[in-house]
Amino acid sequence: MIKTDALIVGAGPTGLFTAHQLKLIGLDCEIVDNLDKIGGQCIELYPDKPIYDIPAIPECTGEELTENLLNQLKPFNIKFHLSERVDELKQDKNKWRVKTNKGTEFETPNVIIAGGVGSFEPRKFSPIECEKFENKTILYSIKDKKIFYGKTVSIFGGGDSALDWALELSEKSKVNLIHRRDEFRAAQATVDKVKELSNAGKINLIVNSQLKTVNGNGKLEEIEVENDNKETKKLKSDYALGFFGLIMQLGPIANWGLNLDKKTIEVDTEKFETNQKGIYAVGDICNYPGKLKLILSGFHEGALAARACFKLARPNEKYKFEFTTSSKTIKNRLGVKSD
Amino acid sequence: MAKITYIENNGKSHTVEVVEGLTVMEGAVQNNIPGIDADCGGGMACATCHVYVKDEWFDKINKKSEGEDDMIDQAYEPKKNSRLSCQIQVSPEVDGLEVHLPVKQV
Repeated sequence: MIKTDALIVGAGPTGLFTAHQLKLIGLDCEIVDNLDKIGGQCIELYPDKPIYDIPAIPECTGEELTENLLNQLKPFNIKFHLSERVDELKQDKNKWRVKTNKGTEFETPNVIIAGGVGSFEPRKFSPIECEKFENKTILYSIKDKKIFYGKTVSIFGGGDSALDWALELSEKSKVNLIHRRDEFRAAQATVDKVKELSNAGKINLIVNSQLKTVNGNGKLEEIEVENDNKETKKLKSDYALGFFGLIMQLGPIANWGLNLDKKTIEVDTEKFETNQKGIYAVGDICNYPGKLKLILSGFHEGALAARACFKLARPNEKYKFEFTTSSKTIKNRLGVKSD
Repeated sequence: MAKITYIENNGKSHTVEVVEGLTVMEGAVQNNIPGIDADCGGGMACATCHVYVKDEWFDKINKKSEGEDDMIDQAYEPKKNSRLSCQIQVSPEVDGLEVHLPVKQV
């Protein structure tokens, strides 16, 4: 059981800056994120796209913004729990008990949800029959490539993940690579290599086709693909792998008893607190009259939520507002010399 | 203004007037039409405003943006006539446009 003053759900820009604000006012915090890396949508959806509306930064990419925020957090030691999704949130007197899908447990008076549009999950195959093979012979990520050796593997998708795995697995497995069109979004060198192996008969490349259904008794045995002209083809297959990118799902947040409006959480604009005491929502996931889904709004919301956390984390102390330019206490926390 | 009709997968149809200069996605969001999520808000960074456009309209609307097909690869049940509604511009030429919504977006 980890005890902390505040737990932040989401390691995007808002979550990172909220952590900075908490540490600045002397509170501990830890951060959980379902992605395997820090940065949220900035790193997953647009690492290379320039952003032009961060105050005082005329232009930066999603990746640069994340790096800068992490640099700003350097004076502080913040524990990140990546590749973990918060599943359970339960009240225990005036504390919250939080549990992740990996079994990590926290006890904290404050939970700040900075979850963007929810957690990133792989886009799955649409035929319903795929569900019964999921995580066994139908997969959306690879943990141990050795399970495919000597088997027939059908890989779906047109991006780098699909093509990289097709190349790698083609050495020791029989590979079918299926894509819905005949253009690929993977790196050109990878596409060229795939075409070369396809011409050499080492990869069975099937374009303009999608998965129609799957068959098998207990484990996957056969897949059926359909092309744009509605012609179907059956292929023997021990495994099917889908690499269609990630989608954002609100997920377990919907079960925490919070007032929701579509996919957003209703908050007040003083503390950014939800209808549950000690649970706050900041950034894209929160909603209030006039809400703007901008990164700069997330920073403001996080700063105010952090002050609200102080009251519950230090009930016997009084919060004193201080500037970073003049406060000796803050400078000590930052590890910089005071004048 | 152009009349745009959004047809849900269950057949339910919504016709609204959308101001020129907006996108078909914005027309749906501003009129609370169910079935268009638009998670990324029009940045072409997700595929949750995915629609199908019938042949008779497909060639009349503006062409696909660069990279649009890459995002459609990641949509739910993409088809030949798939578009991202955030990339379809509303103009007098598209008055009467019908778009069909997929079973779901995520």
